[in-house]
Amino acid sequence: MEAVDPVIFRLAIFVLAVFVGYYVVWSVTPALHTPLMAVTNAISSVIIVGALLAATATAGSEIAGEAASGGAGFSRGLGFIAIILASVNIFGGFLVTRRMLAMYKKKER
Amino acid sequence: MSVNLAALLYLVSGILFILALRGLSSPETARRGNVFGMAGMAVAIVTTLLAVNLDGLSLVLIVAGVAIGGGIGAVIARRVPMTAMPQLVAAFHSLVGMAAVLVAAAALYAPEAFHIADGLGNLKHLSLFELSMGTAIGAITFSGSVIAFAKLNGNMSGAPIILPVRHLINIGIGLFIAVMIAFLMASGGDAKLAFWLITIAAFVLGVTLIIPIGGADMPVVVSMLNSYSGWAAAALGFTLENTALLVTGALVGSSGAILSYIMCKGMNRSFISVILGGFGESGDAAAEAGPQGNAKQGSADDAAFVMKNAGKVIIVPGYGMAVAQAQHALKEMADMLKEEGVDVSYAIHPVAGRMPGHMNVLLAEAQVPYDEVFELEDINSSFSNADVAFVIGANDVTNPAAEDDPSSPIYGMPVLQVWKAKTVFFVKRSLGSGYAGVENPLFFRDNTMMLLGDAKKMVESIVKVLD
Repeated sequence: MEAVDPVIFRLAIFVLAVFVGYYVVWSVTPALHTPLMAVTNAISSVIIVGALLAATATAGSEIAGEAASGGAGFSRGLGFIAIILASVNIFGGFLVTRRMLAMYKKKER
Repeated sequence: MSVNLAALLYLVSGILFILALRGLSSPETARRGNVFGMAGMAVAIVTTLLAVNLDGLSLVLIVAGVAIGGGIGAVIARRVPMTAMPQLVAAFHSLVGMAAVLVAAAALYAPEAFHIADGLGNLKHLSLFELSMGTAIGAITFSGSVIAFAKLNGNMSGAPIILPVRHLINIGIGLFIAVMIAFLMASGGDAKLAFWLITIAAFVLGVTLIIPIGGADMPVVVSMLNSYSGWAAAALGFTLENTALLVTGALVGSSGAILSYIMCKGMNRSFISVILGGFGESGDAAAEAGPQGNAKQGSADDAAFVMKNAGKVIIVPGYGMAVAQAQHALKEMADMLKEEGVDVSYAIHPVAGRMPGHMNVLLAEAQVPYDEVFELEDINSSFSNADVAFVIGANDVTNPAAEDDPSSPIYGMPVLQVWKAKTVFFVKRSLGSGYAGVENPLFFRDNTMMLLGDAKKMVESIVKVLD
């Protein structure tokens, strides 16, 4: 039997994560829907891993030659901007969520 | 670091993100959840840094990038007023969208860095498809969020902008993007121009999709763009073969979709009709045709007297309260009533603010305890045994026409049944119609007393009388 393409495994992870997300988000109390949006915003900035890869691009293999080295420089520039954008979101998202959550207090008894 | 170890750590990061959202099921666990989220992000970033070859220049780029971005983010997070949260979230979505576009472009130009090139530096068809989807969804998220930001922030009118044959335009752009993706894949990644055409077309599509959607529907739009930013991240998660991105994208994507659904249900609108846009165009006509009658006017003294002697008061805040910055005065009023032995609670409609849960944050900021704040389905049955419903800055969400007038544009929308209370006080600047442009017959009912004036000043004068 031939081996299963790894893409199928990634698809499986993705589909299962959609279901996890579905159940987890329905259990979020409506009072915290705004912090939910702020924190989902922050975590979606995990796209910074892509930005880090882009910013560390090097000239690559011998075979690819000069074209690739130009690509690496361009990639680094794009990566740098993407790191800035994602960092705004990571810091801004988590900190504003923390600020909001700190305001939710119970009744003093 | 071995590839397998890195993959496992990305999985850990994904799980920490799940726990971050799980924590939000109650305010007590939410703060710990946020810490899990930060930990997940730290794990993902450190793992990546250990896996790549860092040289001097890239280290400088990374440190400078994080310092600049992080500094800006931290300042914004500290300074932004809570009333501006919807704009802020829209702005943040646009950044995720743009980052997705940039990462997709980098993957196309330097595939070796992303480990997606074959020995000759060419890209697989599937990778090209994934990164095309990443850039397309990212670009729509970016420009759509910029429009949503401008509408929410008042840089742009909230009125829907209706282009002729807009649906045809959108379908045309969508088809163009599909053709260009096919073209890029067929070229094996050489047709860089096709990639940029996809991106530009998607930027345009983001604008044409969001401009026809009116201000009243912005809560849905913000939630929807939240969802898009997740799907863009997920698409790139496939390209980068990264579990953390895949899981996060799926979580954020479904979160935004669920919030959009909740918002639509709160307004009794179908998701499709919101997306197609144009709501709020005919609002004026409906307002003129509405019933007229005599509204009873009251003063701060009347309100103070009745509420002081009431057993149970339910406060119904709306966005108008936040605009007037009346929440702190309102809290003061509630505290004084509680000292008089009155049972005070707050009733919140799902679309009371400009984004999901917005009103809860505004009340929390005014130090209203969250266990005094109730959602529509939990409190609606309590109005019948309340002495006073104190409506402040809300209108459409209390409109009885939504239940008994099939000709009303908001018929079928779930509303807070404030009219069942013995007395309704309605704080409002004028007798005009609400945000959706619909007349509210509640103003003319016998048990309703209008308190006309600025919300903050009115509450402050009630506080003065109570004192």
